[in-house]
Amino acid sequence: MKKLIVAASCALALMTGTAQAKDLRIAFDIPYEPFEYRDDSGELTGFEVELASAVCEKLETNCEFVIQAWDGMIPGLLARKFDLIMSSMSITAERAERVLFSEPYYITPGGWFGPESFSTDVTDMDAMKDKTVGVQRGTTMDTYVTENMGGVVNIKRYTTAEDMVLDLEGQRLDVVFVDYPVGEQTVLSKDGYKEVGEPVKLGEGVGVAMRKRDADLAKKVNAALRTLKEDGTYDAIMKKYFNYDIKI
Amino acid sequence: MPDFIAEWLNQNDIFTAMTLMEYWDGLVTTVHLVFLSLVIGLLVAVPLAILRTVRNPLVSGPIWVYTYLFRGTPLLIQLYIIYYGVAQIPGIQETFWWEIFKEPLYPALLAFTLNTAAYTTEIIRGAILSTPNGEIEAAKAYGMNWLLRMRRIILPSAARRAVQAYSNEVIFMLHASAIASVVTIVDLTGAARNIYSRFYAPFDAFIFVALCYMVLTFILVFAFRKLENHLLRHQRPVNG
Repeated sequence: MKKLIVAASCALALMTGTAQAKDLRIAFDIPYEPFEYRDDSGELTGFEVELASAVCEKLETNCEFVIQAWDGMIPGLLARKFDLIMSSMSITAERAERVLFSEPYYITPGGWFGPESFSTDVTDMDAMKDKTVGVQRGTTMDTYVTENMGGVVNIKRYTTAEDMVLDLEGQRLDVVFVDYPVGEQTVLSKDGYKEVGEPVKLGEGVGVAMRKRDADLAKKVNAALRTLKEDGTYDAIMKKYFNYDIKI
Repeated sequence: MPDFIAEWLNQNDIFTAMTLMEYWDGLVTTVHLVFLSLVIGLLVAVPLAILRTVRNPLVSGPIWVYTYLFRGTPLLIQLYIIYYGVAQIPGIQETFWWEIFKEPLYPALLAFTLNTAAYTTEIIRGAILSTPNGEIEAAKAYGMNWLLRMRRIILPSAARRAVQAYSNEVIFMLHASAIASVVTIVDLTGAARNIYSRFYAPFDAFIFVALCYMVLTFILVFAFRKLENHLLRHQRPVNG
């Protein structure tokens, strides 16, 4: 009898042991500075990467980081190639039909960037008529411009920010409307470009995306995020990458 | 619009009248782009193919280089070079060329035309070279000069042999035009990508667009079958 109990408890320990050791796989689309990118030594880093590590620490699980191109993000999650997406995915109603979002963990505004010579008020629809605006396809900036300025301005949609900036430099675009930190990195870092309008806060912020069935995981992730926001870990990571507030 | 279509449209989120219009605009752009590049490409290819068969290497050499370059590199790379490359040439924005290259349509048209013209040149050249010697000798015996021989005997005969290979080139060109969407042109594929990124429904967005391409291909296959029947009617059995 004693032997049986030992054997049973061993088996139980083994089972819970394997359950705990089950890695969480978290997907990022790189490069998306300063959220996720490789540093000079090739190490994966960035605001969301560090936040993801902190979340894993709170959840007391091992995490594996997966690189996934944006186009295949949600399909990859649903196909169980990874368990969490922490790659600046804004919460939208359309996406929420496919995936389960955590509470938002950051929000960045959309920013208007253009050449020094650009002097039009971007909120003045008459002045903006027939101007060419570049956006990244499928982003909240795309939705905003399509809904508020569709039919007025000429909208061009790009897959990557690089292609879009190339066309801004080539003067095919008058102005781009892009996630603020991305614009800061890619457009403002060049000579002859400036911010040409007030940043616009869009959407509900960025959340961790999970499969719909993983409701328990979502609860744990939400709890972890809340703790990080309260105990100062979040602020410490944010200050490393931003000189403005993106906390939500 | 029949009732059942209206009903079906009302109860699904993705294929609303708005997205169907987007697909339609994409279809128009695709057809427009492919048709123009094929017509211009063919008009360029016929004289090039004739010159390519000339024995003088100073005439045929440059054409060989051209077809080799454009058949030896992916169309996507050619499009990138023409679209993004040209915009990087210093001072281009101040010249009248910029009026042409500013819009994505003309760089794409140029890349597609040069590409299809290179393939078509080689198709027609092959057909010209395989003209039976007997036909040429008979024409010579009638005292036809080179030009008349080319016009009356060699080209019509070559056209019959080239039409099957050319129909493939046309279908390939239609499918290759899908890459126009990488330079912000909203063709059929561009429309599908926009709709996919809005609804996150890859199957719905892309299977629908695949069907559109299949219908276009079917029309092309049908048209070329008619053309072949017409051109090769002398080869049919009498009671066939």
